[in-house]
Amino acid sequence: MKLQIERAAVDTLMIRLFDRIEEGNMPWLLAAAQQLRRQFGDQLIDLVPSYTTLMLHYDLRQLDEHTAREHIFTALAGLQPLPPEHAGRKHEIAVWYDPSVGPDLQRLSGLTGLEVSQVIALHSDHEYQVFALGFAPGFAYMGLLDERLAAPRLATPRKRVPAGSVAIAERQTAAYPLASPGGWNLVGRTPAPLFDRDRDGYSLLQPGDRVQFVPVEHAEFVRLGGDDTPVSGDT
Amino acid sequence: MSSLLVERTLGLAQLQDGGRFGVRHLGVTQGGALDWIALGWANWLLGNAPTACALEIPLGGVTLLCEADTTLALTGADLAAMLDGKTIAPWRSFTVRHGQRLQFNSPRSGVRAYLAAPGGFSAPQVLGSAATVTREGLGGLDGSGQALRRDDRLVFEGMASSTRTMPKQRIPAYSQAVRLELIPGAQIAGFTGESLFRAFNQVWRIDPRSDRMGIRLAGTPLGYSGEPLISEGIPLGAVQVPPDGLPIVLMNDRQTIGGYPRLGALTPASVARLTQCAAEDEIRLMAVGQGKAREELIALLDWWE
Repeated sequence: MKLQIERAAVDTLMIRLFDRIEEGNMPWLLAAAQQLRRQFGDQLIDLVPSYTTLMLHYDLRQLDEHTAREHIFTALAGLQPLPPEHAGRKHEIAVWYDPSVGPDLQRLSGLTGLEVSQVIALHSDHEYQVFALGFAPGFAYMGLLDERLAAPRLATPRKRVPAGSVAIAERQTAAYPLASPGGWNLVGRTPAPLFDRDRDGYSLLQPGDRVQFVPVEHAEFVRLGGDDTPVSGDT
Repeated sequence: MSSLLVERTLGLAQLQDGGRFGVRHLGVTQGGALDWIALGWANWLLGNAPTACALEIPLGGVTLLCEADTTLALTGADLAAMLDGKTIAPWRSFTVRHGQRLQFNSPRSGVRAYLAAPGGFSAPQVLGSAATVTREGLGGLDGSGQALRRDDRLVFEGMASSTRTMPKQRIPAYSQAVRLELIPGAQIAGFTGESLFRAFNQVWRIDPRSDRMGIRLAGTPLGYSGEPLISEGIPLGAVQVPPDGLPIVLMNDRQTIGGYPRLGALTPASVARLTQCAAEDEIRLMAVGQGKAREELIALLDWWE
């Protein structure tokens, strides 16, 4: 881990801790986030973790940039990574893998030379880290996907990806909390409510959480409240 | 309780406040009034908190029926507003009578007007804010992210008490040449020397393909030869440069993380100014220090208190 602090805006600093995306970054980033929240208290407006960085937006009426930088050095001095049992929660997320809701299963099979069943097995055989949330409320970027499954985004994004869609792009995977446009390869759908404004913490998945996808049959998917409306061909 | 009834809207007018904070790590965007300075003054004119919920009206096309005798305040763009046919100039408060119609026509200067009511418009707090974000389905009149619709009723609980008058020198002149202040960022050295010269010396045009997420600048493209970036948090006003070399200024409804290199970030005052630029308007960028920008910002916030 390194510590590099850059000015991002009048009231925002970028804290750069790593140079590459690795699963091992997360326990450090989470520990840093905890320490920074503690150190800044109500002087903190927002703290945005991503793969290798934390963006810190402070209240410029309460402190100047120099003091903010000092706070960061104080907070991160002697930093230790969070032990795995404290590094986020573990989730098992049910997924119905089926061409009707995962219309890119076949394309992935073609791109990778794997059978559809192997694509599903590889996708559900790994415990993923949540690296960051972005793109939409509760949209969690997870990785790292098995290299054999890495596939580029669609050349033309779909205008509407249904809520719950589970998707792959390069070496990452994600699930769409809300219907939205999207260019990732769709492999299935989860019935799990990913973003709920009435839930404590709002988002099911938080940075640093670990996720295991669990294949379920159609009946179980529907029993869990899943919407099995196929992804329409023209979108 | 008082109210305004929406009789006509083009679907662009939205309830906005100071925005949503403390939730950026969940992928939730900031939202809030694009011209936060005009919002602040509209509220100040009525004695409201600077970020109280007001109506953001881009481009006009809105008619409101007043359902009470009260005082309202109007700031931002001059949308040729009329109250029962009588001109209402922006940057002041004005009284309205029950049954009068307030009509916003089309821009004479600026783009977005802000209409404030005593105590602010009532709307549910969703994740700590009433800011309307259609894409996320958050905020607005019923909390679901909808822009204003015909027959919506904007309710406010405050009483019209003593009102204030704008200090004249504080009223922005939107007709003047626009120089936006940019605080240089960490990747600035990754742009070629010629590109950096161009960034700060050419005239940029506002691309019509701009929205609440980002305002695009058109001109001679910039070249970036630095390291590629891994997606990271994006601050308000960040000037990102995608591979086509044409900058996008990231606004209130921006995505929370992104991976394009940035020239830096506009100061909050310049973000506000930019939101009053129309498509094809011309702007220039100038570098400014963080300390000066912070002092100016604090001076304005202190004034409102």
